[in-house]
Amino acid sequence: MSASPTLVARTGSFFHRYANPGRFLKLGARLQPWLTWPAIILTLTGLGWGLFFSPADWQQGDSVRIMYIHVPAAMLASGGYAGLAVCAVLSLVWRHPLADLAAVEIGPVGACITALCLATGSLWGKPMWGTWWVWDARLTSVLVLFFLYLGHITLIRAFDDPQRGYRAAAILALAGAVDLPIIKFSVQWWNTLHQPDSITLTGAPTMSSSMLWPLALSTLGISLGFAALVLARTRAAVMESRIQALLSSPRRNQGTAA
Amino acid sequence: MTRKTRRLWLVIACVACLGTAATLVLRAFSSDIVFFVTPSQVAASPPPKDRTVKLGGMVVAGSVHRERHGETPVATFDVTDGQAAVSVHYEGILPDLFREGQSVVAIGTANSAHDFTASEVLAKHDETYMPKEVAEALKKSGKWDPRFGPPPSAASWNSMTVQDARKDMTAPAAAPAPAQTTTQPAP
Repeated sequence: MSASPTLVARTGSFFHRYANPGRFLKLGARLQPWLTWPAIILTLTGLGWGLFFSPADWQQGDSVRIMYIHVPAAMLASGGYAGLAVCAVLSLVWRHPLADLAAVEIGPVGACITALCLATGSLWGKPMWGTWWVWDARLTSVLVLFFLYLGHITLIRAFDDPQRGYRAAAILALAGAVDLPIIKFSVQWWNTLHQPDSITLTGAPTMSSSMLWPLALSTLGISLGFAALVLARTRAAVMESRIQALLSSPRRNQGTAA
Repeated sequence: MTRKTRRLWLVIACVACLGTAATLVLRAFSSDIVFFVTPSQVAASPPPKDRTVKLGGMVVAGSVHRERHGETPVATFDVTDGQAAVSVHYEGILPDLFREGQSVVAIGTANSAHDFTASEVLAKHDETYMPKEVAEALKKSGKWDPRFGPPPSAASWNSMTVQDARKDMTAPAAAPAPAQTTTQPAP
């Protein structure tokens, strides 16, 4: 306990260095091309390799190629929500203004990628399992994640005073983070129709390396693309708020009145 | 304790409480969250005949009998979890992935502890992704029979198939024997 106040203060000052909008915009402008271009190149390479050049699965045939979109989408659906939860802690504890702006921008991107994960999963399930949808633990917990995203998007924009919206949405994001371990471990804790993970931190992947490489490339590419989108949207939001501040500043109002 | 530290502990405490609550709820409803029951569970306590059950397990090799009653295909097969087996009767088209040794989920009602009538059969595939050529090579060399369980670990595929390919290439050069005999590995 004796060390924690200094640690809290230090963490706060580290993050607050980038709370300055000018510094954030400068850093963001430099970072943006390093995210955008590798994202485009890696995604196109990974998807092209996966969709056209990787081998077909011995029992799933060509349907296995949905994996190269479905798996990165699923990882980012969870990853994006983890990002929301981190923003929520930064917002609730340190009142970090950029964390709130980032949370506003992560929501729609995350919801889209979760929808993509659900849609591709459904398209994959029909030919392989024989059904578009089942209420097993994995599928249901991801659907809950989608609704959490929708709730967050709505809540953060629901108040006239944005600060109240930020607070409420941060609490929702933290509470909803309980769903993330449920999604991750649902296939181990309960028997599900969805198969367990092929790629784990502890074990060797149960996948041929000729499929693993394109999957790794497209996952990296789509992750960078997610980050690039969120960064671009957050930069735009910061610029927008600056312009709003300029437009509503008293000096300008005097100028137009005169 | 500064206000920020207090807020941090408050957030940690709330998340911990919520996590505990979620864990307890999930533990309590664990038996309802599972998507299917296993054949040994059905054998141990057969569910009531009017209740829809999802039965999951592996199709026993050699147990599949397909017939046609007029236009409708009828299939009978055994589903096992390694401890008990239940015989499943199903009228309709089986999914493409259905095969001996495949995991399936049969949705229907249990007539008795060892007899099940399915209204729907779903195929469940495992987490292994293997190119067709590798599967063919493993099957041909006798190192894996999909009807009797999961394939060997992915790390061994390359070395196994490369060894076989080398054997195939060198064997005919050393002794021009018929192709069939060279592909049979020494036990």
